[in-house]
Amino acid sequence: MRPFNYSRAETEKEAADAGSDGATFIAGGTNLLDLMKLEVMTPDALVDINPLDLKSISTTDDGGLRIGALVTNSDCAADQRVRHDYPVLSKAILAGASGQLRNKATTGGNLCQRTRCYYFYDTAMPCNKREPGSGCGAIGGVNRLHAILGASDACIATYPGDMAVALSALDASVEIRSANGNMRSVPVTDFHRLPGDTPEKDNVLETGDLITAVTLPPPPGGTHVYRKVRDRSSYAFALVSVAAVAKMENGKISGIRLAFGGIAHKPWHDPAVEDVLTGESPSEALFDKAGEILLKDAIGQGSNDFKIPLARRTLSAVLRQATASGASA
Amino acid sequence: MTNKFEMNDPVADLKLDRMKQGLVGSPMDRPDGKMKVSGQATYAHEWDVPGRVYGFLVRSRHPRARVTGINRDAVMQMPGILGVYDDKRLLRNPAQGMADEAPVQGTEEVFYLGQPIALVVAETFEQARHGAEALEVSYTTLDDGVFDPETANIADDDRGRKALDQGDIETAMAQAEFSLDETYRTPGHNSAAMEPHCSIAEWDGDQLTLRGSYQMLKFNRNELADSLGIDPANVRILSPYIGGGFGSKLGIAPEAVSAAIAAKDLGRPVCVTLARQQVFDMVMRRSETRQRVRLACDQSGKLTAIGHEALVSNLPGETFSEPVVQATHFLYGGATRRLGIDVARVNRMCAGSVRGPGEAVGMQALENAMDELAERAGIDPVEFRKRNIPEEHPEKGIPYSTRKLHEALDEGAKRFGWEKRSAEPAKVREGEWLIGTGMATAARVNMLQESQARVTLTAEGKAVVETDMTDIGTGTYAILTQISGDMLGLPPENVETRLGDTDFPPASGSGGSFGASSSGSAVFLACEDIRKQIAEKLQADEADLDLENGEVNAGDQTHKLSDLLNGKPMTGEGHVVPGKTGEAVSQGTYGAFFVEVAVNSTTGETRVRRMQGTFDAGRILNEKTATSQCYGGMVWGIGIALTEELMFDNRDGHIANRDLAEYHVPVNLDVPDIEVHLLKERDPWASPIQSKGIGELSICGAAAAITNAMYNATGIRFRDYPATLDKVISGMAD
Ligand SMILES: Cc1cc2nc3c(=O)[nH]c(=O)nc-3n(C[C@H](O)[C@H](O)[C@H](O)COP(=O)(O)OP(=O)(O)OC[C@H]3O[C@@H](n4cnc5c(N)ncnc54)[C@H](O)[C@@H]3O)c2cc1C
Ligand code: SF4
Repeated sequence: MRPFNYSRAETEKEAADAGSDGATFIAGGTNLLDLMKLEVMTPDALVDINPLDLKSISTTDDGGLRIGALVTNSDCAADQRVRHDYPVLSKAILAGASGQLRNKATTGGNLCQRTRCYYFYDTAMPCNKREPGSGCGAIGGVNRLHAILGASDACIATYPGDMAVALSALDASVEIRSANGNMRSVPVTDFHRLPGDTPEKDNVLETGDLITAVTLPPPPGGTHVYRKVRDRSSYAFALVSVAAVAKMENGKISGIRLAFGGIAHKPWHDPAVEDVLTGESPSEALFDKAGEILLKDAIGQGSNDFKIPLARRTLSAVLRQATASGASA
Repeated sequence: MTNKFEMNDPVADLKLDRMKQGLVGSPMDRPDGKMKVSGQATYAHEWDVPGRVYGFLVRSRHPRARVTGINRDAVMQMPGILGVYDDKRLLRNPAQGMADEAPVQGTEEVFYLGQPIALVVAETFEQARHGAEALEVSYTTLDDGVFDPETANIADDDRGRKALDQGDIETAMAQAEFSLDETYRTPGHNSAAMEPHCSIAEWDGDQLTLRGSYQMLKFNRNELADSLGIDPANVRILSPYIGGGFGSKLGIAPEAVSAAIAAKDLGRPVCVTLARQQVFDMVMRRSETRQRVRLACDQSGKLTAIGHEALVSNLPGETFSEPVVQATHFLYGGATRRLGIDVARVNRMCAGSVRGPGEAVGMQALENAMDELAERAGIDPVEFRKRNIPEEHPEKGIPYSTRKLHEALDEGAKRFGWEKRSAEPAKVREGEWLIGTGMATAARVNMLQESQARVTLTAEGKAVVETDMTDIGTGTYAILTQISGDMLGLPPENVETRLGDTDFPPASGSGGSFGASSSGSAVFLACEDIRKQIAEKLQADEADLDLENGEVNAGDQTHKLSDLLNGKPMTGEGHVVPGKTGEAVSQGTYGAFFVEVAVNSTTGETRVRRMQGTFDAGRILNEKTATSQCYGGMVWGIGIALTEELMFDNRDGHIANRDLAEYHVPVNLDVPDIEVHLLKERDPWASPIQSKGIGELSICGAAAAITNAMYNATGIRFRDYPATLDKVISGMAD
């Protein structure tokens, strides 16, 4: 680990000022510290944002929820309102990491967690995300965890998280305080970026930007499903995950939101998939069509080729579940 | 006088069964258990050695290269840095188990990516780690690296290790009523012991004390001394508690030798601990294997031929080759046999023993093949195996020692409810899940190794057991306490077992499942020595002594042990040496696995739902620790079948998944209720205490039972391990 300065921010302004001066925020530290030990991330200064008053979940004026950036994953998943009104979020969080990690991990940190690409983690390997211009080790190498959609010649990494996939399906937004104190709100679906030729930038945060909260629209109702497919029963990142919020009316899908994890550099949201389903009666043929649309541009990299059929299969299964129980409930 | 015993003849006298104290066999708790779970047992890194500093090994960033320079000066300027060492004595890789001498030394020439090439020492662990990461190394890269074992050229003397060619297999295959010729692949594995490797070296003049995490101290002492070029008498190794070894701590390793070199130079104790990534980079891996299995049988299901030929790999210069066909030699009959192992020389890190070397992966392929041939022959897989249990060793013509394979198969089948299964695959469905059952035989060779122990009866009538044997989490503290407690008639609280110190009599060490029987026999013999001295005092026959709860009874006299000793301690020494029974009979341990799995028809995910293991391993010394060994082995079976794989990048031979987030050992949720049943047995050929090895048996075949069950669930044969979901869905129709 490289030596670094450490300070604690008592106010958002202190945090933002330190951030503008190049300090890196530390929240739960469950991702950042691991990467610092390996010198994959080498900040000169850390500013600890844990003293900030961002630990509560409150109801918003329009009947939605505002989840503070420092609410832990465990607390968020256990919150009665989240469990009752946004079960897909609770399920997604609980499908991630382990109990110990979720007790430490925060809402803001979870959104910003970095890829699990093996080459990103190994400083002996080339990696454009870690060291722009050095090349991409994963292309032509071991890429089981990697992207099938939206990748570039520079980077084929995936965003590894679960929570953000559910947030994308819920049409949530990220509340961001800029260095100058201005607040802005970015839809979660626009928060993470595709790699393009700047894979070192995971998301739209600029220097000094502090995530203050995640906001959820009013409860969407419907049936919530989060299905995560992985290499062991727990404590493994998604190979493919699907979050769905579906509403049925008279045997037809009256509204549906879908988001996908493990297949791209960001939680994948494709309105065309939702459009083809909306207003239709659920059927295997319809689910297949949705899968076709989702995966029409999918490209495998070798060890992750299986994600293409796996995503299609998982989507069908989730749709089956979301529309069947929706019809009966 | 040492009570020395050479195992030349069977020991039919079941002495331990006559002891009154009743400890051996009972499920006694481990005396070290509470200390371990409450953080009081000292693991290597935790020793409080005043003045200690920290070293971190520098890894090569190239797979094949010559190190041409190290920019020592730049790193020496950094805060806390005390030294940078690239001594010629540094180890390229760990010593193989029982090597008893230094492994390949000198790290200037690089043979694999991740090879240690230097040590950076600093005041703190973090400073040393940073120095190691920052150290500028110049290399001349070499372009003769070979990274893929399957495309490597194989030298003549690397072909046909442990080979046997008996009869003509091609003819036997052609004439067979039913036959099978399939190729299986198993990936490399990491031991993934919970405790990372660590050594703290401390010098006092010429005397070196090494607090390390090692399994076989008498060998490790010689290996360390040889590596450093010093007299073994000047080396003491302490390893009282070990957080798992599984073979990865058999031989002296780079961290110990580098710690000793730096400590000598700095005049301060040096602690070198591997980061988890380094445990993947530089600790022994289990070799990947490619196994061609050929089986032929007649109409009645009797095997007529067995072929088992494997390709494994290792670094240039390493003698170890994964003994894949070890159990195939003795398990099943069949007159025609072709067995052998080829070794590819590759620039991947060193291959060595990982729990159950040989059988862990060899039985996997053999038992998959047996399942498949049974189906082709239309015979129930349990019955098929029973028909092929040979009368005598099919190659050597010698008899077997005790062998309850028949019973294990029957008992396991009964306990599992095997008769209720649907033999036809892909017939049972619960929603998205396809349900299947499968079984496999367990088999593993049995060995006895030379081992010594000293037992002292203190004047108060308490026993102190001393041997440099180790407890790698297996229960050695418990069983040695039980054996001496029974032999000397003492409750466990009056027996203190001291292990893991080379100042004590040299033991077998923990490895190859032989530790408990070998060190247990030495302790047994040492206690027998004491019993003889007591008998002499009482002018009685040793065999007529009854010792219980601190009292000695001989005929009509009863004495308190402490009275008898009359203020003088009594010492006994035991020494067991393997002998002719190792060759006169075929010694193995046996068992059967029965498994139920659910395979998801959508995602291909597999969940083991039920697992039953029945084992025959001679006398069980402690029912609880033996059962725990079996649980552990079966969990390894789940990992080997479904999740564990070292992912090598064939462009440079490095391991991509070098941490426990991406190297997937099974988690709690992957492990169902496991039932272990231990058969009652005494093997007089195996050891003076009639016990055999049990630490590895329960892995050997376990993975095959799982994939056989997956076949029954899905109709897909899995021959390429691990059977991850991508392989499942690629075999499924949409
Ligand atoms: C072994 C392991 C397994 C895991 N498995 C999963 C899994 O299956 N699914 C899953 O989703 N996750 C998984 N995780 C990841 C885990 O969820 C993240 O580590 C955690 O959510 C990060 O939160 P944190 O508060 O600890 O972030 P930190 O480590 O403190 O920070 C992470 C990053 O976010 C930035 N940051 C933090 N807070 C803010 C803020 N308010 N504003 C701006 N930037 C901020 C930091 O600067 C840093 O760059 C796993 C982690 C581990 C170690
Ligand atoms: S995929 Fe992205 S993160 Fe991985 S090596 Fe390539 S550039 Fe780096």
